Amino acid sequence: MINKIVQSMAEALEGVKDGSTILIGGFGKVGQPDALIEALIEQGATDLTCVCNNAGTGREGLARLMELRRVRKIICSFPRSTGSVVFEELYKEGKIELEIVPQGTMAERMRAAGAGVPAFYTATSHGTLLARGKEEREFGGKMYVMERALHGDVALVEAWEGDRWGNLAYKDSGRNFNPVMATAAALTIAQVAHIRELGEIDPERVHTPGLFVQRVIEFKRGAPWT
Amino acid sequence: MPFSRDQMAARAASDIPEGWVVNLGVGMPTNIANKVPLDREVIFQSENGVLGIGPAPEPGHENHWLINAGKQLVTLRPGGSYCHHADSFAMIRGGHIDLCVLGGFEVAENGDLANWATSENDTAPAVGGAMDLGAGAKRLWVVMDHTTKDGRPKLVESCGYPLTALGTVHRIYTNLGVFDVEKGLGFVVRDLAPGVSFDEAQANSAAKLHRPA
Repeated sequence: MINKIVQSMAEALEGVKDGSTILIGGFGKVGQPDALIEALIEQGATDLTCVCNNAGTGREGLARLMELRRVRKIICSFPRSTGSVVFEELYKEGKIELEIVPQGTMAERMRAAGAGVPAFYTATSHGTLLARGKEEREFGGKMYVMERALHGDVALVEAWEGDRWGNLAYKDSGRNFNPVMATAAALTIAQVAHIRELGEIDPERVHTPGLFVQRVIEFKRGAPWT
Repeated sequence: MPFSRDQMAARAASDIPEGWVVNLGVGMPTNIANKVPLDREVIFQSENGVLGIGPAPEPGHENHWLINAGKQLVTLRPGGSYCHHADSFAMIRGGHIDLCVLGGFEVAENGDLANWATSENDTAPAVGGAMDLGAGAKRLWVVMDHTTKDGRPKLVESCGYPLTALGTVHRIYTNLGVFDVEKGLGFVVRDLAPGVSFDEAQANSAAKLHRPA
């Protein structure tokens, strides 16, 4: 019997190695796998590269992981946001590397990774600082920048519901980066609000088919996220 | 009297026809949605995978799973839909968005936009989706004050700040008026705020303004 459901956060994060690239889903707080990030803090892996749209806020979650000096590099589109104090301090002191990627390029680089596409061309960032050092090529009289696939060793995602085969369905704008990241990592770990019986999630509603997911753990968020 | 920020948003909103799919940038552009009457069906898209955003939720009816790119709680109109980030940016990068409205630091007379970093050495500038939108939307409008707080013009011959997108701005709404970017010509004055003269707009610009043909 296939059973990807794990019972403890320690089991969920087991085997995450130092030096890993971790894809972290969510946009703002919506669809952000908070419990898995906390578990990663507990688990202890260090020298991490984190791929996440924002560089953490406050002193919890990703910001806490950075404050503990466990993040060597962050790849994101929007590092500076309200409350991104830890990142800004570390960056000012030269204690964290930053790779800024346009948000659409970031998503597409992970879609490419998940689909076995090593690189692609996009008009985004042509002629800007973010295209520096990248191959540019003309197609049909227009210039495009070559971008490479962005693979993760681990993806941490949040879904509304999941089952023991790893099928996931998201809620509203909680989908965001999660399905894309789920395809792009060797080990995808899903935090879900509700575990369902096999077959209980309408196949038409499965956004992430189970083969992209290795581990599923239930985590009840509580109000106002219920 | 120059346009207030609210009037700038209303002025831009009045130029958006029914049927367009529109992405509004964070900040001043977001307010444009409030100026489009619901019976004029304009579909608002947000980078985080929301198509068909409706008005802000009534108190007590907030859905904490539903936000816009500015991370504000929003609603979904009947007919609205969700998608993931790569599909959302396929809409943007694939040329499926009729209009994007962004804020700006500077716009050049060739349609270049600078709106993400204030210098090459900016500490951790945040680009978000601006470069994708700047390169991918069918039309790009900018809503911004005509000058900086210390009076420096933001309509310029060429941008001094790092670029966001090259040659893609079509129109600018400022507190002084509405200006089109015409290829090979430059800024053309389409409208002026009540009581603002052409000469006043020109004096506050660092590039030549043209009278409409």
